[in-house]
Amino acid sequence: MTTNTKKQEDPMSTVTPARAPHKDVPTGHKHPEGRVGAGLFDPRQLVKSLPDACRKLDPRVMVKAPVMFVVLVGSVVTTVLAIKDPGDWFGWVITAWLWLTVVFANLAEAVAEGRGKAQADTLRKAKTDTVARRLAGDVDKRVPGTELRIGDLVVCEAGDIIPGDGDVVEGVASVDESAITGESAPVIRESGGDRSAVTGGTKVLSDRIVIKITTKPGETFIDRMINLVEGAARQKTPNEIALNILLASLTIVFLLAVVTLKPFAIYAGADKQTSMIVLTALLVCLIPTTIGALLSAIGIAGMDRLVQRNVLAMSGRAVEAAGDVSTLLLDKTGTITLGNRQAAEFVPVRGMTEAEVADAAQLSSLADETPEGRSIVVLAKERYGLRERHQGELAGAEWIAFTAQTRMSGVDAEGRKVRKGAAGSVIAWVREQGGEVAEDADTITNRISEAGGTPLLVAVRDDQGARVLGVIHLKDVVKDGMRERFEELRRMGITTIMITGDNPLTAKAIADEAGVDDFLAEATPEDKMALIKREQAGGKLVAMTGDGTNDAPALAQADVGVAMNTGTSAAKEAGNMVDLDSNPTKLIEIVEIFKQLLITRGALTTFSIANDVAKYFAIIPAMFAVAYPSLDKLNIMGLASPESAILSAVIFNALIIVALVPLALRGVQYRPMSADRMLRRNLGFYGLGGLIVPFIGIKIIDVLISLIPGIG
Amino acid sequence: MSSVLADVLLVAALIGALALVHRPLGDYMAAVYSSTKHLRVEKWIYRSVGANPDAEMRWPAYLRGVLAFSAVGVIFLYVLQRVQDKLPLSLGFKPITPDQAFNTAVSFVSNTNWQSYSGETAMSHIAQTAGLAVQNFVSAAVGIAVAVALVRGFARSRTGDLGNFWTDLVRGTVRILLPLSVIAAVLLISAGAIQNFGDLHTITTLTGDKQAISPGAVASQEAIKDVGTNGGGFFNANSAHPFENPGGFTNLLEIFLLLVIPFSLPRTFGKMVGNVRQGYAIVAAMGIIWFLAVVAVTWIEYAHPGTASQIAGGSMEGKEQRFGEGPSSLFAVSTTMTSTGSVNSFHDSYQGLSGGVLLLGMMLGEIAPGGVGSGLYGMLIMAIIAVFLAGLMVGRTPEYLGKKIGTREIKLAACYILITPALVLIGTAVAMALPDGKEAMTNIDAHGFSEVLYAYTSASNNNGSAFAGFGANTPFFNTTLGLCMTLGRFLPMVFVLALAGSLAEQKPIPATAGTLRTEKPLFTGLLVGAIMIITGLTFFPALALGPLAEGLAA
Repeated sequence: MTTNTKKQEDPMSTVTPARAPHKDVPTGHKHPEGRVGAGLFDPRQLVKSLPDACRKLDPRVMVKAPVMFVVLVGSVVTTVLAIKDPGDWFGWVITAWLWLTVVFANLAEAVAEGRGKAQADTLRKAKTDTVARRLAGDVDKRVPGTELRIGDLVVCEAGDIIPGDGDVVEGVASVDESAITGESAPVIRESGGDRSAVTGGTKVLSDRIVIKITTKPGETFIDRMINLVEGAARQKTPNEIALNILLASLTIVFLLAVVTLKPFAIYAGADKQTSMIVLTALLVCLIPTTIGALLSAIGIAGMDRLVQRNVLAMSGRAVEAAGDVSTLLLDKTGTITLGNRQAAEFVPVRGMTEAEVADAAQLSSLADETPEGRSIVVLAKERYGLRERHQGELAGAEWIAFTAQTRMSGVDAEGRKVRKGAAGSVIAWVREQGGEVAEDADTITNRISEAGGTPLLVAVRDDQGARVLGVIHLKDVVKDGMRERFEELRRMGITTIMITGDNPLTAKAIADEAGVDDFLAEATPEDKMALIKREQAGGKLVAMTGDGTNDAPALAQADVGVAMNTGTSAAKEAGNMVDLDSNPTKLIEIVEIFKQLLITRGALTTFSIANDVAKYFAIIPAMFAVAYPSLDKLNIMGLASPESAILSAVIFNALIIVALVPLALRGVQYRPMSADRMLRRNLGFYGLGGLIVPFIGIKIIDVLISLIPGIG
Repeated sequence: MSSVLADVLLVAALIGALALVHRPLGDYMAAVYSSTKHLRVEKWIYRSVGANPDAEMRWPAYLRGVLAFSAVGVIFLYVLQRVQDKLPLSLGFKPITPDQAFNTAVSFVSNTNWQSYSGETAMSHIAQTAGLAVQNFVSAAVGIAVAVALVRGFARSRTGDLGNFWTDLVRGTVRILLPLSVIAAVLLISAGAIQNFGDLHTITTLTGDKQAISPGAVASQEAIKDVGTNGGGFFNANSAHPFENPGGFTNLLEIFLLLVIPFSLPRTFGKMVGNVRQGYAIVAAMGIIWFLAVVAVTWIEYAHPGTASQIAGGSMEGKEQRFGEGPSSLFAVSTTMTSTGSVNSFHDSYQGLSGGVLLLGMMLGEIAPGGVGSGLYGMLIMAIIAVFLAGLMVGRTPEYLGKKIGTREIKLAACYILITPALVLIGTAVAMALPDGKEAMTNIDAHGFSEVLYAYTSASNNNGSAFAGFGANTPFFNTTLGLCMTLGRFLPMVFVLALAGSLAEQKPIPATAGTLRTEKPLFTGLLVGAIMIITGLTFFPALALGPLAEGLAA
């Protein structure tokens, strides 16, 4: 089986070593170039994608990008003119650069697509034509995977590739899902509950399961994933369509400006200087070719960044909604806090010391294999330096493991009985042993409960009788860096709401600690749904994650619903994105990726339009300085000759596309900040930059051109 | 006092007066268009035309109202001109020719007031007062109504209703334009403008020649000419004529009158969308562009780099001695940038580069501050474009005033910004390609081209001023310029109202820290930049071959 690791080792791969680490992505750390800037750019990709770029010259394909289509038509026109007048070197050079402009634009798209192609190939290998064992009654019959229909039952045993998407209806098995998730550790899939969904193309490692097929062949998860990473299924998002319309209308305006220039020029006596070739060159320079060329690459690269983070977006609309989200619903457990509660302190009752409590707590927790139990041992070691003892060290000890029924664990050794567990159970045990419960044990437990923690009592029965020693404070541990992250989100105008099943008291304590804006306690699926609808009624866009079947309605209602890949097929069907890593924190990254995508689009649009100013100052004097010598004053760049001026503008126009491909693919630098600061920064950089850069660029190209003998 | 200091004080006084009126007039207009009560005279009008003033209209109905009302206006004006000799108070003038009657009719209905005739030698009293003067009111009221409908599109949510066209039309006329005009007319009369219905005065001049002096209801027409940013003067010489504009005070008053509604409407807008700071951002963008143009033209006129002006020692050709360079420049910029088109000096005679600035002022789409109503909706469309281009840079899909600028909205805005450049450029190109253009010119070279360009720019943007001397009264120009005026006025309204409908249907998006702050100075700067770059890029080649070639030669 091909894995992604292998792909990364291939030095010639066009695919960037891209998959994010599959462990829980550290939430606080920052990459040098911003969290969501990703994907190194290798100039060799340009060369590799050249054949693809030329294939895209098909006018039927090009017509979908109106700006570049105009350039294509212009190139054809100048080619015809150049052929009619083969002695005119200027015509040939302009023609060549116009063609290059078109090819560069296609190149940008081809490079962006190329990055997904290799990934798609890997996926295709996983989707080898499997043979399914379809159940008919009690016997199974071998049929090709493509013949499966929704509702069919198939059997898979160890070593089988699962033939299609479905739900386990019988049995439990470990499944290798690395073909899709890149995660090599097997996962458990079992009938019933929230872990019943299986994906076609994954491999059963052990046991036998019966699967009910839920999707048609060709529409399975893996098929959709292939389409997605290849860009085949990429639909233009609404904003992209809108931007295309605006660019098309600007193109029409410039087309008018250039076409009507001819009669004006004839009147001015500049007929000769405004040949069809010059006018075409002017048109191509004016229409927003930079953004027109890169628009589609920006979109593909954005999706690619998402795929690199193992998130699959199933709808373009959701993609854009992600940038606009103003409310994030985050599940407490696993997203805001670590999965389990952990021991935070040992509180002695009057007359005892912390160390004594710690010692007893550690001893009584050695037989407790639950995460909470282990955290007690760890705390005792870290805070009180108590060496972790092993069960074998105490001769003749009788260990009492933690069970859900007794809700206690402990040990009987050397005439001493130590217990720790839920308050009720331990109190009952102390009384049963004939002991007394210290008065302040009650106050301490209440205090801990009110603070949102869980109190566990530690008790002992030795020669002094049975008594409570102290209380272990278990609490939810907020993940590192979450507070800062929520702070950033707030600056970006995003409200975070924590969803938890805890009582309001506990929920509030954790919400305060994590710094979320609001919380929903004792949340039922109905409450969640109501919350989403309420937010949406106020015009807000809501994003959430979910995995269980009862999350499905809320996932479908949310504007961005990210389903965990470990979740049920109902949840995956309802959401509009699937996170293959099943990491709920990723929601925040998804939002950032799409903000970055939109910013990149806006920045390059602004840059592209601002560029035109300099081009006018190059071309207008070149065309009209003969007719009206006064217009030579507009040649503020001091360009050498009319030909070199026009040529420099055209060459700059073509080269800037290539120069910006890395930016389009990588996305502009993004850091969470308020809209005001973001606009100021980007407007300064890309707006003013767009005004100034071409003046310098055109001048440099002109100097280089005028060095060529016979021109300048 | 030096004339420069006098001019600075003049501009300061004008800005001060506009600032003083901005708030009360803006708030008053917002109240007028938000009120649920009808005046008695209004009820009487609604009853007589059979309109239900409280029925809400969706955008197609509102648009039908606009178009039907305007079509009736065109036909009425056309017929009136064609039969004026048969009506009383004809002053003995013959009927207007069909092409000129068409041109004049659409000119006044489209609030352009391009005049290819001389009022005092062609139009009867009835045609002037019952025809043209009435359109001066209602065409302005139509403009404000459409702007208010767009503002309601922003202000309202989850509804397609944009108000009632007939109510807006009547209220704009009765409660805003009429009272303002009455005050203005009284002020003008008190300052020396004439107002009568007399017959031609024939006088003997000092050299013994006979001269016919036209009487007329000049002050009243002058008032609405300015207040409604119409620009159609009673006399051919327009505000350069001493009966229309007797002196320095009336000059300042007229400039104030033509700027007062356009500069106050952003307050109305801010008030109606519930955030007056949004209105300040818009008015600031308008003010900055207007002020820069005033400074540029005044400065160039004082510098008078043209060869002839250098010899003469001043740029006084085509200007009234009683106004001088500064007040003339102030008037010229204000009239071209408000789509008024009245003149107190002849733009044709301005320095090449000043003429370019005046042209550019119109090419911007008459939005700084623009005509009554049309200036506001034009500026709001540009705000939508600016939000769309740059708004993405804050990492959200574009939104303005809590409304998403999606595919439909941008399609309509894109159509809007296509219209006038298309009309100006195609019109000029056709005229230049045919012999008609060159025949109408009274100058050669770049300046001759500027005349043609100016004519189509003025007509398509509904300004109405002209480079004097340009021979526009030919069937070709009467027809093509008439078409430019019609399409330049009503096609944009179609898109504005459709846009208003689309915005009104949306649900509002609450503003967060991640929202583009469109009430901040940064956005105003962005808006000004976007307007200058987009229009500049569109017209730069044409401007280069006209005013730039001429101006830079000096």
